[in-house]
Amino acid sequence: MVFGRSKRGAGTASPAEPVTLKILVAGGFGVGKTTLVGAVSEIKPLRTEETLTEAGRPVDDTAGVEAKTTTTVAMDFGRITINDGLVLYLFGTPGQDRFWFLWDELAQGALGAVVLVDTRRLEDSFAGIDYFERRRIPFTVAVNHFDDAELYPAEAIRDALDLDAEVPVMVCDARRRESVRDVLVSVVEHALRRATPASQEAEPRPASAR
Amino acid sequence: MTDRWFDDAAGPVVRPYAMTRGRTRSSSDEARLDLIALVIAQSADGEGDAKPGESGIGAGHGVGHAVGDTDGGGFHHNADLHADSTLAPEHIDIVTSCRRSPQSVAELAAELDLPVGVVRVLIGDLIDADWVRVSRPVPPAELPDESILREVIDGLRAL
Repeated sequence: MVFGRSKRGAGTASPAEPVTLKILVAGGFGVGKTTLVGAVSEIKPLRTEETLTEAGRPVDDTAGVEAKTTTTVAMDFGRITINDGLVLYLFGTPGQDRFWFLWDELAQGALGAVVLVDTRRLEDSFAGIDYFERRRIPFTVAVNHFDDAELYPAEAIRDALDLDAEVPVMVCDARRRESVRDVLVSVVEHALRRATPASQEAEPRPASAR
Repeated sequence: MTDRWFDDAAGPVVRPYAMTRGRTRSSSDEARLDLIALVIAQSADGEGDAKPGESGIGAGHGVGHAVGDTDGGGFHHNADLHADSTLAPEHIDIVTSCRRSPQSVAELAAELDLPVGVVRVLIGDLIDADWVRVSRPVPPAELPDESILREVIDGLRAL
């Protein structure tokens, strides 16, 4: 127990301190999340590990597994310094559904998300879409176009994924910086529209008590 | 992208917690440190570039930080840190790194190649001993305000 310790500077944000923001990158295994992060990050994407603790044990834990089971999950992340006062972090979320606990941690305070989709495995993106829809986290669906995949119009993909009209859908190339940049801009614009419901003609759930 | 993320690694996972003496939570977790919370080295005079010479602050609590007196302007880099026998090498690495520039929790974990949980505990120790402080990112459930979002959009477009 620590009481009465002196914490200088606590609570007083210095203007020199950058605000940090995060955008999540979700999508199925092998859809190109790491590639996408690497395409825009100013640092070589880093990897952190999180340990699966008992509190965070996934629901689908197999019966009979001892309570002390631990698991590591790696997350790739990158950084974009917008200016002296603003730093944006991108986190690639683990593909497997069993790592929901990590998503919760990552999603907290997230500005928005990208759900990266491979049209050949559309269903891999369902979990991410559901997750962000339910939590009202603004997200953009970005179709990572693989050379050997058929190119579908964005509207066909919107229908196939049953997305709300407000969700931006775009085709991208996760290897290309400008392409990824456009996807990120779309996410933030989406967040901005949410933040300013007045400019939005059909806000499904008008700002209720927060 | 890999699915070597788990299982194989399940053995060594627990070992890193040896350096936290088995603690999986920090004593100072008012709130869990967010991955993008910035860890900033404390300095003797205001924020910014930290200087050695934080004598006596936070002494006697937490990790029992009892910094010897390096007061005045001990400018030997990190000599003060090394003088503190309660600090593990990893603590020192964290402070040293944050003295160069504020680092996010995620970056520190990656840099030290330690699980985030371990790094959180270590940072908690350092907060208790007043070596570092943490700036919280925009609080959850509260979207950054419009002007920040516009700034982000402009910044991204300029990439």
